[in-house]
Amino acid sequence: MGLRKNVREAMLEAVPSLRAFAISLCGNVDRADDLVQEALLRAWANMGSFQPGTNMSAWLFTILRNLFRSEYRKRRREVEDVDGSYAESLTSLPEQNSRLEIVEFRNALKLLPSEQRESLILVGASGFSYEEAAQICGCAVGTIKSRVNRARSRLAEILAIDSASDFGPDRETRAVANSDVVRTNRS
Amino acid sequence: MLGKHNAAGARKTMNQDKPSARLRTMYGQRSEKNPVVKLGPDIKAKIGMQLRLMYGEVVDQGVPDRFVDMLKRLDDPNCEGK
Repeated sequence: MGLRKNVREAMLEAVPSLRAFAISLCGNVDRADDLVQEALLRAWANMGSFQPGTNMSAWLFTILRNLFRSEYRKRRREVEDVDGSYAESLTSLPEQNSRLEIVEFRNALKLLPSEQRESLILVGASGFSYEEAAQICGCAVGTIKSRVNRARSRLAEILAIDSASDFGPDRETRAVANSDVVRTNRS
Repeated sequence: MLGKHNAAGARKTMNQDKPSARLRTMYGQRSEKNPVVKLGPDIKAKIGMQLRLMYGEVVDQGVPDRFVDMLKRLDDPNCEGK
């Protein structure tokens, strides 16, 4: 009974983060919530496969991800609506600017390959270590690191946050400094 | 002076042998052979912040009632699973 209570509480605690991850996977709140519910029921039914002492949150994320991969991807009919039901469901942020920025960011994220997207979210937002993310995705730690790097590069490109104003001056300064060194050596 | 030339020559040879080393020295510059751009810490930080904002937007909604109800039902001895 103690374990059941603990698992139930851990599930309740994990719901907000599981939902955020599920929405990033399937791009639609209603389907994400169905996915979370199914994952929780499956976890509950397979409680025996959880190893006490290991990270229960990572275990729940693994179940949710596998469920999405095995079932939801087969059912995927259409390209997800970029700013449809999801954007409409979240209109209460006080600052319109940050709201727009988040919508823009979310849209950029959708342009990434799904493996890169999920890796970046698990590490950058869900707060898992590279090792835990590798366990959740069933791949090597190096693969996760590579996907996260690629995801970041691509996002920077899409959102043009590597524009000259962001870090150009610094690079120019280095270039000037280097050319001075070369001239000095030659003279 | 001679020593300097030798050092420069050795460095050049090494870079020719290892194109990856040459690419790494081109810090922050885009290369067709290497689509993964090395990003500065400021850009990583900005992406990280955006990610957490986006994620937090959902997390801040807490636990919707349907999950509270569902998890309550799980503890009901008359109702195993669904």
